[in-house]
Amino acid sequence: MSILVGKNTRLICQGITGSAGHFHSEKCAEYGTNLVGGVTPGKGGTKTLDRPIFNTVYEARKEVGANATMIFVPPPFAADAILEAIDAGIELIVAITEGIPVLDMLRVKKALGHANGQSRLIGPNCPGVITPGACKIGIMPGHIHKPGRVGVVSKSGTLTYEAVGQLTALGIGQSSCVGIGGDPLHGTSFIDVLDLFNKDPDTDAVIMIGEIGGTSEIQASEWIKANMQKPVVGFVAGQTAPKGKRMGHAGAIISGGKGTAAEKYEAMKNCGIHTVLSAGEIGETLKRVLR
Amino acid sequence: MNVHEYQAKDLLAKFGLNIPKGKLCHTATEAEWAARSFGPEALSVVKAQIHAGGRGKGGGVKLARTPEEAHDWAQKILGMQLITPQTGHQGKKVHKVLVAQGSDIAKEYYLSLVVNRETDAIGVMASTEGGMDIEEVAEKHPEKIVTANIDPTVGLMPFTVRTMSARLGFTGPLAKEFDKTIRGLFNAFMAYDCSMIEINPLAITKDGQMQILDCKMAFDENALFRHPEIQDLRDYEEEDARELEASKFGLSYVSLEGNIGCLVNGAGLAMATMDIIKQKGGQPANFLDVGGGANQETVTQAFRIILKDAAVRGIFVNIFGGIMKCDVIANGIVAAAKELGLKVPLVVRLEGTNVELGKKILGDSNLNIIAANSMSDGAEKIVHAVR
Repeated sequence: MSILVGKNTRLICQGITGSAGHFHSEKCAEYGTNLVGGVTPGKGGTKTLDRPIFNTVYEARKEVGANATMIFVPPPFAADAILEAIDAGIELIVAITEGIPVLDMLRVKKALGHANGQSRLIGPNCPGVITPGACKIGIMPGHIHKPGRVGVVSKSGTLTYEAVGQLTALGIGQSSCVGIGGDPLHGTSFIDVLDLFNKDPDTDAVIMIGEIGGTSEIQASEWIKANMQKPVVGFVAGQTAPKGKRMGHAGAIISGGKGTAAEKYEAMKNCGIHTVLSAGEIGETLKRVLR
Repeated sequence: MNVHEYQAKDLLAKFGLNIPKGKLCHTATEAEWAARSFGPEALSVVKAQIHAGGRGKGGGVKLARTPEEAHDWAQKILGMQLITPQTGHQGKKVHKVLVAQGSDIAKEYYLSLVVNRETDAIGVMASTEGGMDIEEVAEKHPEKIVTANIDPTVGLMPFTVRTMSARLGFTGPLAKEFDKTIRGLFNAFMAYDCSMIEINPLAITKDGQMQILDCKMAFDENALFRHPEIQDLRDYEEEDARELEASKFGLSYVSLEGNIGCLVNGAGLAMATMDIIKQKGGQPANFLDVGGGANQETVTQAFRIILKDAAVRGIFVNIFGGIMKCDVIANGIVAAAKELGLKVPLVVRLEGTNVELGKKILGDSNLNIIAANSMSDGAEKIVHAVR
């Protein structure tokens, strides 16, 4: 099984004619993802990568039955692209774009709420989601993954690759890996993904990778304590980050003394999560937990 | 992005908010004349303009009873190295002061608006304990804090204002003043893509006005593209020169106090690299994320910026190439080392796309590079090398 994406996924890319959108659409298709087309307003009726381009998401859904979209639209227009996908009833929306204004994302989140769960947004500012060996939507390097039974959920792209690389090197495969993104507001939360892994019969354990800023790791820890039936290994980046400084990601900032790595680790420990302080030992820790 | 108090007040004045008269001054004489312009009997306040809070605690805000006193305070404050709880121990140099007309204060309140990432709304926070640090109030008198959430798609509704007003004890004309104040702040927040507006104190004067005595505004960097008028307010003197330089090349850099320079791709991995250096007994000199689209040129620039920090005794390059290919990074490292004449130990850990090619480029370069085969191994090696 796995979560979110698989062999039934019919993917389009919004922004498929831009350089990043085009490059990654090609990589996703090479990985085996069922890429059925793309959307670029004004270029409808033409083709790229042997697939049709549409002017609107509505047409892409109607003509080729798209049920998932990967968004590479530049930040000023990205919220509009997400809203278009919600309006067209696309079930899974993966927004890769970094740098979307926060107030735009507030409106998007309200629209998602009004859509009654018909659409799910992953990201923005995320690497995407992959079910190894079946479907890849996003910018992660496919070849480091290996099909298996460990779920990964993370706010960070390269840190996810780091964890996945360690797992694969230890011979441990992954069921699905989900990057929820490093922005202060994102569509899908840690808890949403943990819930999916908890219900997935093909996931045995989960790695959760957080970072400084906000309190979502703390809420996720409490949720785990109350609901999770599978072991969770937790890591938090930014133990040495100074207060009040934005560390690369828009959401990675300790403000008013809140959102530190220490308080997140504390919550994780209190909720029975197997914490790991060094990013170099995430894979080993998971291996120990599985044993 | 942050702005100065005088700039924030100018922006808020456009939204109908009640702000005492004030003038930006660069010399003591200017300050004296500014104070005089308020009237012969008027009180004035001389306020250092730097991007940090807690200015009063550091001696950067002074009350003057006469224009002559305003002159003397301005003379003391201008050019001083102002140390506040938010500036760090080295403080910040004061280049300008705001001379504001003094107010006859009956009571002080606190009022702020932020994007609340937990509720997907604009969070409003108010308290009857104005002038105090809100963190301190939250700790000592949490019952005195009144909060509300504004759904941005609905806007500010009258009931929200009524409820807050009642909880803060505003009635009659003051409730009307509060309505005008919070409405103006909310409109400014949305119009400028703010991430925060903080009014502390919000004062009630003895003649019943509601005035903004001090304010802080921060803006969403990602939305600056649609606010050129805000971009123009940027004060480069207030920003770290190396961080500014890095941003020109699309690099995300934060300087820290240690001696091990870090060059990493991805924000999460970059933070985790700092953490692991600390765990192995070293001290990171910086956070540096070269980003996903880095090329040979940006890698060279990254090295240049790291090496501008005289404290750096060694560099740790930690790359997990996904989209970013290891051979591109390797070429960048070789070019930078040759161009800059690298004299400190360099530990490189490469993993991911085209890793073999990358390692070969480094191996063939004859540079003195210490290769690492994992993140932990690299951290240990660089900590050892700078000892």
